[in-house]
Amino acid sequence: MGTRVLLVEDEANILEAISFILSRDGWEVHGHGNGATALDAVARLTPDVVVLDVMLPGRSGLDILRDLRNASETRTLPVLMLTAKGQAKDRDLALSLGANAYLTKPFSNAEMVETLRDVARGVSLNGAGLPEQGS
Amino acid sequence: MTQRSAPQRRHALTGSRIRERRTVMGIRQSDLARAVGISASYLNLIEHNRRRIGGKLLVDLARELEVEPTALSEGADASLFDALQGAAGESPPAFGPAPETGRIDELAGRFPGWAGLIASQHKRIAGLEGLVDGLHDRLAHDPVLAEAMHELLSTVAAIRSTADILVREPDIEPQWRGRFHRNLHEEAERLSARATAMLSHFESQGGRQGAPSTPQETVEAFFDAMDHHFPMIEEAGPGTIGAILVGVAGMEDPATRTLAERLLRNYAEDAARLPLKPFLAAALDSGFEPEPLLPMAGGDVALVLRRLASLPRSKGAPPFGLAVCDAAGALIFRRRIGAFSIPRFGAGCPLWPLYRALSKPMVPEASLLDLPNGTTFSAWSICQPAHAAGFGAEPVMRATMLLRPVEEKRAGSGGQPVGPGCAVCPREDCTARRMDSLVG
Repeated sequence: MGTRVLLVEDEANILEAISFILSRDGWEVHGHGNGATALDAVARLTPDVVVLDVMLPGRSGLDILRDLRNASETRTLPVLMLTAKGQAKDRDLALSLGANAYLTKPFSNAEMVETLRDVARGVSLNGAGLPEQGS
Repeated sequence: MTQRSAPQRRHALTGSRIRERRTVMGIRQSDLARAVGISASYLNLIEHNRRRIGGKLLVDLARELEVEPTALSEGADASLFDALQGAAGESPPAFGPAPETGRIDELAGRFPGWAGLIASQHKRIAGLEGLVDGLHDRLAHDPVLAEAMHELLSTVAAIRSTADILVREPDIEPQWRGRFHRNLHEEAERLSARATAMLSHFESQGGRQGAPSTPQETVEAFFDAMDHHFPMIEEAGPGTIGAILVGVAGMEDPATRTLAERLLRNYAEDAARLPLKPFLAAALDSGFEPEPLLPMAGGDVALVLRRLASLPRSKGAPPFGLAVCDAAGALIFRRRIGAFSIPRFGAGCPLWPLYRALSKPMVPEASLLDLPNGTTFSAWSICQPAHAAGFGAEPVMRATMLLRPVEEKRAGSGGQPVGPGCAVCPREDCTARRMDSLVG
């Protein structure tokens, strides 16, 4: 069984493409398209790593990230944020809220796979500071 | 192993191209060899890329094969090759082998459709990324645009990921391949729609959530809502202007109201000089052609153009567009019409007769304009004084252009190619271009 990743992304074709390449790379992939119920999906699936889009229907990815970091069960859950190119404000906010890394759209499949591998290994990227274990 | 550069690798395939071309032309190897003065066995070595050639022999072979020498040495389409090489070099592969850049010629030759698609996607992505960079500052301050940009980039991300899979995954199952083709098509359609929506947003600068925000925009929205026709003024003159503006949104703003009153007074002056009933009757008789109507207006061409643009559609008038600019080329009034985009801010296409008229005051011009979207418009234009000037006074000049869509272009009419303005015009090779287009 591969590392379990939850993709929270409302663009169905991005979800399908990323799911495809990550599955081929050996990941156990779960997709979720609604921000409002993303925390439920995290609780139900207990992923090893989460890929979280910033702009989601129902609830912003940044709000979801904030809640993940405020809950003891998910405080250290690795999170890779997807932001849009040019949105430095979103990137800065995501990192300050405790995202482990971010990717800007449009990204390549190679970038996605490599970054996600690093995030799952606990490598801090893009200047992000990993939350301390147990804090 | 010594790595060869891309040009070296391309030259290395010269023999393959010679063989391919010879085969297509149905020439025997021995006949071609004889024609260029070499032995058939030597040509055979060349065709299998085991002998490098150049100079006179390459020129002789190209002549016999009726192609340019570079088509043999460089391949059929250097720009396609460069685009594919650029796409391959854009990013490292997700997994598996790197793109076989040494076999780009083979890819372009064997799968020209896929090669073209990859090249066009690469070009499109590069263009969109450039657009994104250029809009960076504005993004930080415009939430509507930020959301539109996020949607657009999500679409680009979907296209990029999907295309990446189709190009780099040779063993993809047929059902997945079909699915990704369909996704690619869906996203291309979405990209088109989202890009169009974004450009509309640029057009309505400041018009967030569709609400006009400047006096000019508010008054224009009011004129559009009235279809640029005011029956009360036509019947009872300028004394009705106050009543017309009662309850109109935005008129509580003094600047907006002043502008609306001024434009309606201008309308009333025009209506007084060319009353609706006889003018409409004459226009119907003339087929709404301006020229036969000029005597009614004492030769005032701009007046006829403005009045035609204010005729009610309900009485049989065709759709008209109107643009009026001052001597600086700044647009001061417009009536929009369908596919002919007249930007509110910034300049339109420098090839429009509206601007040409500025250099030829008092010379009316009728022309046929072909837009890049395939539509054709009749245009009538004139530059003349806005008001009568006294002795020794410089007249204030204004150019007016009336537009009318042509249902079916008349055979052999040869419309002049124009655009909607450089920013959104796809005519890349236009000599009048002053800036790069934002659309690919």
